[in-house]
Amino acid sequence: MSGFTFRLRAPPPQRVDLSGLTPQALAGRTLAEIAALPIQTTRSALSVGDLFDIREGDLDEIVFEGGEERLDWVGAGLGAGAIRVVGDVGVEAGRGMTGGALTIEGGAGAFAGSGLRGGLLKIGGDAGERLGGPLAGETEGMSGGAIHVGGNAGPRAGDKMRRGFLLIEGDAGDYAGSRMIAGTLAIGGRAGALPGYLMNRGTILLAGGVVEMAPTFLDCGVFELVAARLLADHVETMSPRLGAAFRGPLRRYAGDLAALGKGEIFVGAR
Amino acid sequence: MSELTANGVAIDDTFAEAFDMRGTALVITADSRKWALQAAVTMTGFATSVIACGCEAGMDRELGPHETPDGRPGVRVLMFATSTAELQKQLQNRVGQCVLTSPGSACYAGLAAGEDKLKLGAAIRYFADGWQIAKKVGERRYWRLPVMDGEFVCESTTPMTKRAVGGGNLLIMGATPQTTLAATEAAVEAMRAVPDAIMPFPGGIVRSGSKVGSKYKGAIASTNHLYCPTLKGAVDSEIGPEIACVLEIVIDGLTSEAVAAAMRAGLKAIADLGPERGALRVGAGNYGGKLGKHHYRLKELMP
Repeated sequence: MSGFTFRLRAPPPQRVDLSGLTPQALAGRTLAEIAALPIQTTRSALSVGDLFDIREGDLDEIVFEGGEERLDWVGAGLGAGAIRVVGDVGVEAGRGMTGGALTIEGGAGAFAGSGLRGGLLKIGGDAGERLGGPLAGETEGMSGGAIHVGGNAGPRAGDKMRRGFLLIEGDAGDYAGSRMIAGTLAIGGRAGALPGYLMNRGTILLAGGVVEMAPTFLDCGVFELVAARLLADHVETMSPRLGAAFRGPLRRYAGDLAALGKGEIFVGAR
Repeated sequence: MSELTANGVAIDDTFAEAFDMRGTALVITADSRKWALQAAVTMTGFATSVIACGCEAGMDRELGPHETPDGRPGVRVLMFATSTAELQKQLQNRVGQCVLTSPGSACYAGLAAGEDKLKLGAAIRYFADGWQIAKKVGERRYWRLPVMDGEFVCESTTPMTKRAVGGGNLLIMGATPQTTLAATEAAVEAMRAVPDAIMPFPGGIVRSGSKVGSKYKGAIASTNHLYCPTLKGAVDSEIGPEIACVLEIVIDGLTSEAVAAAMRAGLKAIADLGPERGALRVGAGNYGGKLGKHHYRLKELMP
């Protein structure tokens, strides 16, 4: 049985809230009930059936055929099962996920994976600002699971990250890993200015250089740490390239000494 | 005793009596096999008997780089104690004093699951004086402790099993100390290939088997005089004139099946060596079956 499919008929006339279209939220509903679910974010009513052609299938694997940057909160709160989007999505995709797999073949807007607690969020294209980060007023960003970005990420990726793995194959914007509490952030391309800005704990790997390091990170020397081996093995299951970057001698910078200072930035030292 | 024999070696119609224990396993790694072994040897030193050592511990087997969490050479170590609290105390002290201190070492849980968990890195971490860092990788949580050669990585907890068994044993009796030792060494060698079981005494062998109690107040164990060849005639000896030496192998296992498998392997190795070059007779120690829950009948384990 193939996946439960929503085929986008046309670009939506307003931003839409797709947080209700997860396997657990749709379980037990009839096709008519699903088609009638409201997804509008303005006063103009809009239901699932107005925007998508629906093809019944296995609810554990939901497919959105056709993406659009106005499709917000795709996979938000996902706890189990899989969602795949053939195209782009809007803001806060996968926000608050606790399990399962959300795959976005295109790009994602701001706050993708915000507050992620479990599961895997894969973004094939670029991600917007504050990837995995908290919304205003929240005390922590992602606290578990993993996010993998095939392209580039905007500024402040991993802001206030507490746990989990955030892997960016391409470049990252300024302040990557800002205010990190813990967790692991790996950047395959070039990092923007001041990675790890005000981080307390956590690990950042810069595999492709950096625009500007903060002066509050101090060089500890070159090491081949056991912890890096453990990280390499785990990261390799999601990104062979970034996993390999954890192997071999790494220069360790400790910081941010303007904050707690127990974080680290690794830079390849071959 | 009935006249059971295996390849000419007499097997007593008796049983080994063993006890419930708490058990755990660790994986110790280092940059080289030499230093992984050194850490394991040091940690399992003075761990022959719970009577005075607090725990019984030994090396289960060496691990290749492909078998360890960090891809370095390693050793799997088993530890047993009579209570959860004592096992926790011994684990913390031994890892803290013997593994943490060993150059390049790291320490991981060596059991996939158990009825309970013991603190490993979660207890040792305070050595880092506030500089310790927790790192969760997949489902496993590690502590990283800055030390003078870099970092000591230690998994936060290790599972503990309540199904462990301690005190499986064989009494190997021979015509000379040399042939008896040869048979016992062959048995230990064969038993080492059995997973999840250890022989905690020196080289796996006990030459001073003990009985419960003593004529002296305060001593909880004393020499097993019934098996001492120099006391033949002076006591109601369990050994005949043909026996000049008795050696014992004590076995602890994470499961009762592991203890039985080790005893079976040991009996086979002794029988294979035969009475000319090895042992004349094999027995086992018990307390009449009233103290230990686990009974291992030799006739059910003999080849």
